[in-house]
Amino acid sequence: MLLEAHTVLAAHDVTVERGGLPVLRGVSISVRAGEAVALMGGNGSGKSTLVRTLLGLLPHRRGAITLLGSPLRDFRDWSRIGYVPQRSLALLGGSKVKEVVAAGRLARRRMFRPLSPADRDAIDNAIALVGLSDRLNADIAGLSGGQQQRVLIARALAGEPDLLVLDEPTSGVDLEQQRVLVEVLAGLLGAGTGVLVVLHEVGPLARLLDRAVVLSDGRVVHDGPLGDLGQHHRGLGGGHHHDHGQQEDGDHDQHKDTFLGGAIEP
Amino acid sequence: MIEILSYPFMQRALIAALLTGLIAPAIGTYVVQRRLSLLGDGLGHVALAGVGLALLTGAAPIPIAVVTCVAGAVVVEILRQRGKATGDVGLAVLFYGGLAAGVFLSGISGVGAGGLAQYLFGSLTTVTPSDLRLIAVLAIVILVTTLGLAPQLYAVSTDEEFARTQGLRVRLYHIAVVSLAAVTVALAMRTVGLLLVSALMVVPVAAARNLVRGFTTGLLCAIGIGVATAVAGAAASFYIDAAPGAFIVLLAIAVFLLSWPISYLLRRRYAAAVLPEPIDDDELVSPHTVTENHPHRHAPGCGHPAVQHGDHTDFIHEGHRHAAHADHYDEH
Repeated sequence: MLLEAHTVLAAHDVTVERGGLPVLRGVSISVRAGEAVALMGGNGSGKSTLVRTLLGLLPHRRGAITLLGSPLRDFRDWSRIGYVPQRSLALLGGSKVKEVVAAGRLARRRMFRPLSPADRDAIDNAIALVGLSDRLNADIAGLSGGQQQRVLIARALAGEPDLLVLDEPTSGVDLEQQRVLVEVLAGLLGAGTGVLVVLHEVGPLARLLDRAVVLSDGRVVHDGPLGDLGQHHRGLGGGHHHDHGQQEDGDHDQHKDTFLGGAIEP
Repeated sequence: MIEILSYPFMQRALIAALLTGLIAPAIGTYVVQRRLSLLGDGLGHVALAGVGLALLTGAAPIPIAVVTCVAGAVVVEILRQRGKATGDVGLAVLFYGGLAAGVFLSGISGVGAGGLAQYLFGSLTTVTPSDLRLIAVLAIVILVTTLGLAPQLYAVSTDEEFARTQGLRVRLYHIAVVSLAAVTVALAMRTVGLLLVSALMVVPVAAARNLVRGFTTGLLCAIGIGVATAVAGAAASFYIDAAPGAFIVLLAIAVFLLSWPISYLLRRRYAAAVLPEPIDDDELVSPHTVTENHPHRHAPGCGHPAVQHGDHTDFIHEGHRHAAHADHYDEH
């Protein structure tokens, strides 16, 4: 019963069809408060489809989804969910950073009401947390890819969520920016937020992750500790292993040496 | 200016123009944001079917056109949401169905297609007091919604999926936006006309985006441009005896054309590019590449654009960034 109360996201035997073809087949996944779960798998394995289904953005044909203890169908407490979609600025260009982030407070706001002082504080705090306080009034289209990603993360954090769902937050984001992401997520996990993050490779997030769920062709093929994963999922590329070697296992340090030795001329 | 205010029909014309200038860019901001810039044009054709119906029944044209236009807009939006029609196919059905119905009905009524012209291109001086009352009431509804629900409408028109994860009823908001756009189009049949109103929903918004930064500022700036061009166009056309609707739209387009060079100058002034500080990392040192054979000396105003790069200045030279280093230039 205690475990049950701490589960922020649970899905059992979820099947999704698109255009008559099964995209997800019998997928079960769960995230507990304060737990970080990576959702991994190759292109087309159904990662994005799964997170969008879990949030009710896509219909599912079969299975049960529970958000923060309520069935998805009856779920209304959207302020407790933070969603960071895949970075795409198709329609967000031309907005100021603070306007984009303010949208993350909407679940807590009533119609025809201006921002409350609490809303303003939460928006400022979320922007400060991702280190963009000096870019409040910048056009989001003028920021670098990593900064844009941080704006979308701040938008999800502005609602002070208990469950944070991120869809490929590290893709196209450089090393320095990924470090910021690691710090932000570490703080949230410490505060008890559950995190589900879609990743192509674990990269610098490795030390935060409690479990990895790997999809292949719409089915779960692995659900457990990262250590059991094949090497290619852990990710060697990108040069992102230095600076937090203390907390990493020996396996990782070895990678670091190999990488640095190979890429940098003394 | 005093002279034109002494005619009651001109007073009504100016107020109607002012209200059109207020509401068209206000709702147009959300329509443009959703990349539905041509929606207003399609709705103008549907409103024509309402005008035809009014001519046939002898009723006042504006209320009937409002109802027809909203119904058409809601049907197309629902078809789009259900995936039964793509945005452009839905709009095409709107265009031709509405136009054909309008011409057909006005033909039966005996007025003929020629009688539709005043609705297509506006006839500001024929605004009746009851028209004005209806325009005023609906304009207030549109303004209260577009400004009061700005945060919600902004979210659903910029990032629909995220808006859904905030618990917003995205479909209802979409229907509200197209319905209010339909009302705006139908109301504008007296002022700028059904064929030209779409310009007033789109052009001030496009001009505002060139001039100011941010969604909310852009919304207010677009409304300002809309009001200024609508009132100026209506007043000026009285003196030079021009068609007010066309004149208003041409003025708005002139503002848009002017906004281009202005935005270029603003961007040069405010957005002097600053490249990020090179990462200070002992393990990742940028390679030292010397520019070979470089007799030219870079200095501010030497003809090569200067860029701030961390703690120094680079000069952009034939697609390379050159930075002064000792007695030579480095490639940065």
